[in-house]
Amino acid sequence: MSSRSPTPPQEPTPSRLVGSLAVAGFLSGLIIIGIYVATLDTITENKARELREAVFRVLPEVTQMQKLQYDGERVVLKENGKDDENTLYAGYDDKGNLAGYALASDGPGFQDTIRVLFGYQPANNKVVGMWVLESRETPGLGDKIYKDAAFVTNFDNLSTEPPIVTVKRGTRSRANEVDAITGATISSKAVVRIINQGVEKWHQRLPLPGNEPQLKSEGRT
Amino acid sequence: MATLSNKMNAYDEMLKGIWRDNPVFVQVLGMCPMLAVTNSAVNAIAMGLATFFVLVSSSFLVSGMKAIIPKQVRISIYVIIIATFVTVADYTLLALFPAVHKELGAFIPLIVANCMILGRQEAFASKHSVKFAVMDAVGMAGGFLLAMFALGSVREILGEGKLFGISLFGENFEPWVIMILPPGGFITLGLLLLLFNWVGERRKQFLAQVAAVD
Repeated sequence: MSSRSPTPPQEPTPSRLVGSLAVAGFLSGLIIIGIYVATLDTITENKARELREAVFRVLPEVTQMQKLQYDGERVVLKENGKDDENTLYAGYDDKGNLAGYALASDGPGFQDTIRVLFGYQPANNKVVGMWVLESRETPGLGDKIYKDAAFVTNFDNLSTEPPIVTVKRGTRSRANEVDAITGATISSKAVVRIINQGVEKWHQRLPLPGNEPQLKSEGRT
Repeated sequence: MATLSNKMNAYDEMLKGIWRDNPVFVQVLGMCPMLAVTNSAVNAIAMGLATFFVLVSSSFLVSGMKAIIPKQVRISIYVIIIATFVTVADYTLLALFPAVHKELGAFIPLIVANCMILGRQEAFASKHSVKFAVMDAVGMAGGFLLAMFALGSVREILGEGKLFGISLFGENFEPWVIMILPPGGFITLGLLLLLFNWVGERRKQFLAQVAAVD
């Protein structure tokens, strides 16, 4: 700092230094709270819309959905409150018949937690769709778990009895097998493991056939 | 300082960041986002624009408040100012472009630690008038944006056969996956640095020849 003007005539007191930092921190806090409040509604709305779209993607022929909650004993209609790991979504067709459940599940991937939403029909032990909600897998390799349509369609009609397994690409022959992505074996296996865990967690919890929650009359679409 | 400012040309201050003192190709600053998010042209531009916003706003504020910032705590205050603008950019991007934000993820908060931004505050904005500070910031951020775009487009074209998600070569193109992985970032950056220096060298030779003829 030799190019700066010579030492100022008076050194500022420590309290002035602390004061300037405190004022800067306070103003910065105000601005951050302001932008947080200003964008909160849009962000929540975006997330809700994204989730709703994902539910329609993982459940084929579904036109209406409602949010449910597992309360520790059984699955009940969710009226409000924050979503947690016991929240699930039921999809219904045009006539209001239950078409399947969309279940969220997460677990470690190659780099970070992968969060997956999958469509499940407990009556015939079937996964009918898969959508990656969150992941930080390697661009170009691991991100094929959601960018590679061939991998995603593996999950469109998949038996979960016995549990899903990954096989080398192109060798899929049984109803519970998934073609792994070449170059992203760990990510492919992670997705399968996450879905298996989800199925295991939810299968017992879901209501028996004939006992499914009815679509509320003003079912949201 | 005032006399120096008067002699400076505002446009020259802006242009130096784009070519002569380009933050990436000449100063080799801000390498972390440079290598991390340039795997596609869109990501590179989004990151470049976020950095542009943060750098220009911070330079404006730092230059405007240079008289009241005690010099003993100036770096901490610069960091607070930069971090505030980064948070604003982060939330704005999350609200308006959730898809882009998802791709850039952890690297937006890391703009705080981009040494190019802090460097401009300490080396330029804190010593010059608001006008020059903003011109300098626009030039530097513009140079950074151009460099990001150069890297991002080369890597996307070779690594995925696409530009802005539009397929360029048809089905038969075998993408060079390595180009969108970290090694591809280093390779591309190295080659672009080589090109940049080669062009600079040729220009110098040309000017020397012209001078000799004169």
